[in-house]
Amino acid sequence: MIQAILVFNNHGKPRLVRFYQRFPEEIQQQIIRETFHLVLKRDDNICNFLEGGRLRTRRLSGHGSRAQPLCRMWDLPGLGQEPMSPASAGGLSTTAPPGKTPIHPLLGDLHHYCFFRQYSSVSLIGGSDYKLIYRHYATLYFVFCVDSSESELGILDLIQVFVETLDKCFENVCELDLIFHMDKVHYILQEVVMGGMVLETNMNEIVAQIEAQNRLEKSEGGLSAAPARAVSAVKNINLPEMPRNINIGDLNIKVPNLSQFV
Amino acid sequence: MALKMVKGSIDRMFDKNLQDLVRGIRNHKEDEAKYISQCIDEIKQELKQDNIAVKANAVCKLTYLQMLGYDISWAAFNIIEVMSASKFTFKRIGYLAASQCFHEGTDVIMLTTNQIRKDLSSPSQYDTGVALTGLSCFVTPDLARDLANDIMTLMSHTKPYIRKKAVLIMYKVFLKYPESLRPAFPRLKEKLEDPDPGVQSAAVNVICELARRNPKNYLSLAPLFFKLMTSSTNNWVLIKIIKLFGALTPLEPRLGKKLIEPLTNLIHSTSAMSLLYECVNTVIAVLISLSSGMPNHSASIQLCVQKLRILIEDSDQNLKYLGLLAMSKILRTHPKSVQAHKDLVLQCLDDKDESIRLRALDLLYGMVSKKNLMEIVKKLMTHVDKAEGTTYRDELLTKIIDICSQSNYQHITNFEWYISILVELTRLEGTRHGHLIAAQMLDVAIRVKAIRRFAVSQMSALLDSAHLVASSTQRSGICEVLYAAAWICGEFSEHLQEPQQTLEAMLRPKVTTLPGHIQAVYVQNVVKLYAAILQQKEQAADAQAAQEVTQLLVERLPQFVQSADLEAQERASCILQLVKHVQKLQARDVPVAEEVSALFAGELNPVAPKAQKKVPVPEGLDLDAWINEPLSDSESEDEKPKAIFHDEEPRHAKQRPPEADEQELARRREARKQEQANNPFYIKSSPSPQKRYQDAPGVDHIPVVQIDLSVPLKVPGMPMSDQYVKLEEERRHRQRLEKDKRKRKKRERERRGARRHTSLHTESDEDITPAQRVDIVTEEMPENALPSDEDDKDPNDPYRALDIDLDKPLADSEKLPVQKHRDTETSKSPERQDVTVVEKKSKKPKKKEKKQKEKEREKKKKKEAEKGVDLDFWLSTTPPAATPAPLPPGFLQEEPGVNAAVTAPKEEPRGEEQDAGEDAEQDLEKKPSEQKKKKHKKDKGERSKDKKRPKKRAPPREGDAEPVQNGALREEPLPPMSSYSLLAENSYIKMTYDVQGSLQKDSQVTVSMVLENQSSSFLKNMELNVLDSLNARLARPEGSSVHDGVPVPFQLPPGISNEAQFVFTIQSIVTAQKLKGTLSFIAKNDEGSTHEKLDFKLHFTCTSYLVTTPCYRLDVPTDGSALFPYL
Repeated sequence: MIQAILVFNNHGKPRLVRFYQRFPEEIQQQIIRETFHLVLKRDDNICNFLEGGRLRTRRLSGHGSRAQPLCRMWDLPGLGQEPMSPASAGGLSTTAPPGKTPIHPLLGDLHHYCFFRQYSSVSLIGGSDYKLIYRHYATLYFVFCVDSSESELGILDLIQVFVETLDKCFENVCELDLIFHMDKVHYILQEVVMGGMVLETNMNEIVAQIEAQNRLEKSEGGLSAAPARAVSAVKNINLPEMPRNINIGDLNIKVPNLSQFV
Repeated sequence: MALKMVKGSIDRMFDKNLQDLVRGIRNHKEDEAKYISQCIDEIKQELKQDNIAVKANAVCKLTYLQMLGYDISWAAFNIIEVMSASKFTFKRIGYLAASQCFHEGTDVIMLTTNQIRKDLSSPSQYDTGVALTGLSCFVTPDLARDLANDIMTLMSHTKPYIRKKAVLIMYKVFLKYPESLRPAFPRLKEKLEDPDPGVQSAAVNVICELARRNPKNYLSLAPLFFKLMTSSTNNWVLIKIIKLFGALTPLEPRLGKKLIEPLTNLIHSTSAMSLLYECVNTVIAVLISLSSGMPNHSASIQLCVQKLRILIEDSDQNLKYLGLLAMSKILRTHPKSVQAHKDLVLQCLDDKDESIRLRALDLLYGMVSKKNLMEIVKKLMTHVDKAEGTTYRDELLTKIIDICSQSNYQHITNFEWYISILVELTRLEGTRHGHLIAAQMLDVAIRVKAIRRFAVSQMSALLDSAHLVASSTQRSGICEVLYAAAWICGEFSEHLQEPQQTLEAMLRPKVTTLPGHIQAVYVQNVVKLYAAILQQKEQAADAQAAQEVTQLLVERLPQFVQSADLEAQERASCILQLVKHVQKLQARDVPVAEEVSALFAGELNPVAPKAQKKVPVPEGLDLDAWINEPLSDSESEDEKPKAIFHDEEPRHAKQRPPEADEQELARRREARKQEQANNPFYIKSSPSPQKRYQDAPGVDHIPVVQIDLSVPLKVPGMPMSDQYVKLEEERRHRQRLEKDKRKRKKRERERRGARRHTSLHTESDEDITPAQRVDIVTEEMPENALPSDEDDKDPNDPYRALDIDLDKPLADSEKLPVQKHRDTETSKSPERQDVTVVEKKSKKPKKKEKKQKEKEREKKKKKEAEKGVDLDFWLSTTPPAATPAPLPPGFLQEEPGVNAAVTAPKEEPRGEEQDAGEDAEQDLEKKPSEQKKKKHKKDKGERSKDKKRPKKRAPPREGDAEPVQNGALREEPLPPMSSYSLLAENSYIKMTYDVQGSLQKDSQVTVSMVLENQSSSFLKNMELNVLDSLNARLARPEGSSVHDGVPVPFQLPPGISNEAQFVFTIQSIVTAQKLKGTLSFIAKNDEGSTHEKLDFKLHFTCTSYLVTTPCYRLDVPTDGSALFPYL
């Protein structure tokens, strides 16, 4: 299962946010921020998997439950009770390998101790089954958070499929396309991944479905009908900032022909 | 109205669309929040308008704001409005917004049910698609329950686009509504062979997700997947299937054997790295599951390791990373083959990529042996020094500790070296793993008795230089090691060379800056040291020195009394009083050392962390019972306190002499020891025998092992672990020489003149003897602790609900809730019924018929196809009874094809497993026939109206496989009616029935009766009456007599059937029953109404009491003549 798909730019501005598991908005933003910081640290020539840096998988089930810090966490017997800064916990989880039993009556159960530390930290990172798999194109990061049922290399290729599809649908996609047409990007994504599961990997099929839906939309007159569009064009003329936007616009995402894994 | 419309559209011209919003936000960088709140106000206005386009536009903007972190749940209702727009453009916007912000807690979500149902059945495939996509993100248990049937229908939609979406969403439905899994599963299974590759891939996807969580329920699908694997060319599908097999093989090693060959072929042939990688992974899983036996798999391992080496050596960091990841899996079972690539792993430790370094570290964990531990750790230590960034350094630190401490310090030959390593690690700045180091120090010191002297010397040095540790890095937690150091020095103070010096170190004013819990340990252990020093001084008859020490304590302890930490404070003030008293005694020249050290007599043993939980509750002890009756409120309020004070006050007033106290204490301690020794439930102080892994002698008479003299006993200052490496080498060399000498002597003595081997040095792990005799005391467990690991299971696992046996036949009660004319359902949602009930009524029977036929045809086709490939596959993997994993229950019944094959003469494909042995073969024959017998019995019991007939005919049938096979072919996976047998029939009505044992009440059975109106009359006032016997009684409504009938809770229009359930109370389950009964009813038609009766005999066989779910039966045709087609 894919848990989340995040697209943000080199400054961490979200361009597409798609969680397949419920998180309240502020937690979502936090996840985006932390993921961004994790990914940003990494050079382009190192591997595209982040293990240990993972989305928290704690289930926020039920009725709008929020992440509540466990207030009992310091009641445990044991050592250091120094509060941890979220930053220090944000890194890699330190789960002891199986079979290593904790140790001394004085120390209590070290495992539990560590567990609660992780749990309590504001960090959204933790959990052993999840991986971040990402790719960096020009100004954008495409990050998929997946569990162990997905093939790592497969997801890398899926990202490539997604980006290539974007490229086809927007004709030389650039960050601005994603900025101004977030809804369309979502519709494209919906043809690739549905509810956290891979729906289609054949690019021609994906593009065909998108185009069919766009035609349908056009036949209905689209969201902004002609008069409104005219007005918005007039509005655009008056905008002094218009050229600036265009300048930014030429930063195309160059979709490289990457080695295919699948 | 028209005016309003015009006005609306004029207003619209000034509305922002999404692009305007985005642009606006970009132009208001400095006051973004303000601008957005302004926009939200505008959006709220727009949402109030009637124009759906305006609303849709507003919702679209909200979706954008949601991405920026704004909560838009307040607009949930408007989103639903947009979802229900008729235009696809708007609908899509609505569903997108819903998928981004709806969740189980959204209260308006229940309003969507009908809208979604409408969209699902929309003629436009994109409406349906968009609804499915949206639903996949916000499906709730209620939605899942209400829509499961609609979605299931969509799984056979004509458009593959819809089919694949419907298949995928089923997984979400299963998760939210596990009851739907069994009814939907047969169709899901069909989709595995869908002509469209997308649908097929989706089905594989869903089943893989399901199987990953509860693999054992999906073992029976293995042949199907196997076929797919060998036939499919879609790499995406292949990857999924291969991953799935990886999850299945641990449960069924025979499957693994079957897989090895095709997987190896794939490994050799594929050019796709992802597929190669997954194949290798699954081969590894197979090899792990086969790890015992099967010696000829070394080739496969070699192949895997070799391919992984190629991955690791690749310049693509991703491949490198994954190669290491997979390598670590092989390592677990075949460490030898991986150890050959140690060079590669060590090389990866220097990689610029941290993730790769971490993976390499993981590998190292399994690569260490006694021989190379020191070397590897030395290398890691240099990495620790070089590492930038605390995270990686911390990881290194934990890895070093993990590596060294793994499997009870198996690889450590020299614990002095290890202690030195730990002490060196304390010099790491900014690590947050002080507690880990501390735990190791404590563990080693406690469990390795021989090392205590050395440990104590090191710890006292550490305490001496505590300022180094504590001052600079106090916040980071490295000061935790002082906790361990203090405790070790105190507890094993007898080994201290200079106890006085250590004592002084522990009483420095600086100590009060340490965290409270460490101070507390300091205080406690100061007294232990003090006791040791007293003893020493008194033995030396140095009263002067003893008094000085006491004086020191009296002077220094007050600093702890002022500690902010309660624990430290309390202990300090207690101990201060004690010391003051000792001082008084010392002034009178009373020897006190004995008594003070009695405070700390006895030894602490490590206790397993789970020990407390595992102590069984003694027989006859009810922990929930009150020991005393709880006092009533009034009593406890006024009387009790009084009594307490009466008792207590004199005690406080009379200051008892502390000697008496101490003596008393010692006496009590002795008494307690006695009692504990006699108490079988107390954890004894000696480790339980089965847990001891060495012949560790009892605690009391441990010979203090002579430490090898080549190792310096005391290292001044901070120790250097490096010197141990050299020393260790020398030591080993010496040992080797000695051993050689001995061997040579022996050999020469034995066969002088014979040609001597040039003894090549293949030093194996076993040859290396540890420098210290290591007596690792294992952790204690209560004697009769249960060795269960159940406590590891998470009871809240959401996937547990999906742990459903799919091979069991469907019970009638398990059908998905479909809207139809039923009493139970009408109450739930009356308005929903209005919409669909009409068409359902007319469509249903026809559809079902068609479906059944279709399915049957498909089944036959499938079976024919399967027989070729799968039968031999399954045959070669089914028989040996010795294998641990049992076949899935109901396996034989489920897969009719297999059933037939197993019973069929074992001629053709048995070739390779002939060697499995005679007994296996016998087993093969026994098993199915037993199964068959049981099944037949059931059949007989339930089906027969006339018992004698089947009994007579049964024996010949048992021997003859043919009819069974055919019968099996007719089996129907979805048997809504199949378990019902005919009860009685006349021109008006037909009754079929089924008996089920009740799960809730064991003395009851439920008879489900399906009544079908076969006439053109309207049947009403139906009443069922049964002549009770001694053994079986019909449960009647309260207050009615035994002769009253039970009314049937419905009426039957012409051609309609419905089901009623009647409960019978059963006295004895060993007697079969025949109950006579009557159904009376009024048939009303155009000519008038008549009162009619239908007699029947109800059969309860003994088996009907036993079986709680209906027996899986032949598809009983509706007319009684075909009831026994093969008799």
